[in-house]
Amino acid sequence: MNSLSQKEIIIGIGGVLAFALAACLPLVDQGYYLSLAVNITLYAALCTAWTLFSGPTHYVSLATAAFFGLGTYAVALWVDVLPFPLLVAFGALAAGALAGIVGAATLRLSGVYFVIFTLGLAELVRQIVTWAQATFTTRMGLYVFTDLREMHIFWMLLALTAVIFLTGWLINRSRLGFAMRIIGDDETVARHVGIDTAKSKIVLFIISGAFIGIAGAICAPRYGYIQPTSAFNPMTSFLVVIMALLGGTRKLWGPIVGVIPFVILMDFITVRFSNYMPVAMGLSFLAIVFLLPNGVTGRLEQAWNKFQSRKSAPSSTETAA
Amino acid sequence: MTQIIVTGILLSGTYALIALGLTLQYGVARIMNLANGETLVAGCFIAMWLFTTLTINPIVGLLLIAPAAFAANWAVYRVALEPLVKRAKNRGQLEVDSILATFGLLFLFQGMMLLTFGGEYFNYTFLAQRFDIFGSGFGLNRVVAFAAAVVIAVGLYIFLYHTRYGTAMRAVSADPKSANLVAIDVARTAAIAFALGGALTACGGALLSTFYTFNASMGVVFTMKALIIVIMGGVGDVRGAVLAAIILGVAETAVASLIDPSLTLAATYTLFIVVLLFRPQGIFGRPTS
Repeated sequence: MNSLSQKEIIIGIGGVLAFALAACLPLVDQGYYLSLAVNITLYAALCTAWTLFSGPTHYVSLATAAFFGLGTYAVALWVDVLPFPLLVAFGALAAGALAGIVGAATLRLSGVYFVIFTLGLAELVRQIVTWAQATFTTRMGLYVFTDLREMHIFWMLLALTAVIFLTGWLINRSRLGFAMRIIGDDETVARHVGIDTAKSKIVLFIISGAFIGIAGAICAPRYGYIQPTSAFNPMTSFLVVIMALLGGTRKLWGPIVGVIPFVILMDFITVRFSNYMPVAMGLSFLAIVFLLPNGVTGRLEQAWNKFQSRKSAPSSTETAA
Repeated sequence: MTQIIVTGILLSGTYALIALGLTLQYGVARIMNLANGETLVAGCFIAMWLFTTLTINPIVGLLLIAPAAFAANWAVYRVALEPLVKRAKNRGQLEVDSILATFGLLFLFQGMMLLTFGGEYFNYTFLAQRFDIFGSGFGLNRVVAFAAAVVIAVGLYIFLYHTRYGTAMRAVSADPKSANLVAIDVARTAAIAFALGGALTACGGALLSTFYTFNASMGVVFTMKALIIVIMGGVGDVRGAVLAAIILGVAETAVASLIDPSLTLAATYTLFIVVLLFRPQGIFGRPTS
């Protein structure tokens, strides 16, 4: 491991300050803005966890809702008998285990199989949970009563986001991160230099899935009443993909750039024009593919590089011609 | 037991059409069309509309639905998808782009149908009579839908394997670069294959609507089933897709009647996992390097 560079220290201090500042929000407002901030932090955590895996591999994962729902259910099933932190760990384990199974079945093959498998995964888990509940219990939903209030959930999600960032940074510095960069550039090369590509991807997918499971577990007390249809809502998966890609997945902080405006926009649409939500999502996907293939941060980076190269070589266009 | 197998096979007729549509789009046009299920749902609604307002028999309605779906899908390909094909530097890039773009189309079409028809379930009564096969009764509408699906599938097979144009399509499916060298207009063939795939899927939807209760947001489930059939059968393989559709139809019916109707997706996934673990190249497919 290398020691920290000056730039990294500055970014680190800036990040800590930003998180500390955000954590003060409940002191200012406990109503609408806190609720909006919880949504933003939740999607920031989900999208960053998604990017941990999908950023370097370019595999579009739609398993988010499945992991999230498992985390929620881990809490809902045992909240009356076991302490909450233990249940959050259960959520991480359950989601990580599912990620491991999905990864083992699909990540040895090309990306299409993976996308297809994850496309129906949330629905599959939902069907199994619904069936199990109907067969083995009499109730359809589960109540989650805790002393946790909105601001506690906000702080926990904020802490989770920070941990995901830290993990992402550590992975980047590790052998796994190095391997992922090579795999992302050229998988054939990666295999030839002796990287176990399938194993690396599966490990990364498990880490990403476990974090999403934790986010689901943290959110369980917020919903109060848990039903399969709300816990495994497939929209979550699609929204995460849109927001992460909108921000850009080349940098770990990229998704946040997409999350903040999109959650605010989504809030606006669901209040005023809830019927138009699917159309808005469809247009967002098309806009990302056609206008922002590398996300907002990718576009900014491009502009910055152009600006830099123009500054260093003002007559480059003439020499090229 | 025969009841399950016959019901499953009758169901598989429409599944096969949807999957054939998808396999043409993915195999020839190289577009993994995740909005395929929405074409199916549109087929359901148009068939119902033709039947209830103009009293056009859904089977006759196919003659209107197929060309309309062909034209609509051709336009979608030219406008929304061909730019991605031209832009893509490699197969992987096109795959990611087409998946995201067709997600966009999925939500766009689904949203428009939800705005038009709402979220309720629809059905209409067409040929709801008893028809006896091996001593058990089946809905006549299911039998007719299956027969129509067989006719369409056979027609497609003859087109692909016994006409010049069909051969060109299979050549593009095998290798677009080499097809180009033997004077096949790859871009045009791909557009037509995509449109033809859409027409097949819409026909599948129209037939499905005669015996199935449908709603505006059910498309994704059918896309999922079609994708699994295509992978099970091998991409671009007509015989494989038909056989895989039968396996899926029978397996689903068996699980629904023997275990629990709410677990059909679990049955589909079990098949999918088995295929991924043992024959990811498809039933008749040859392993690729």
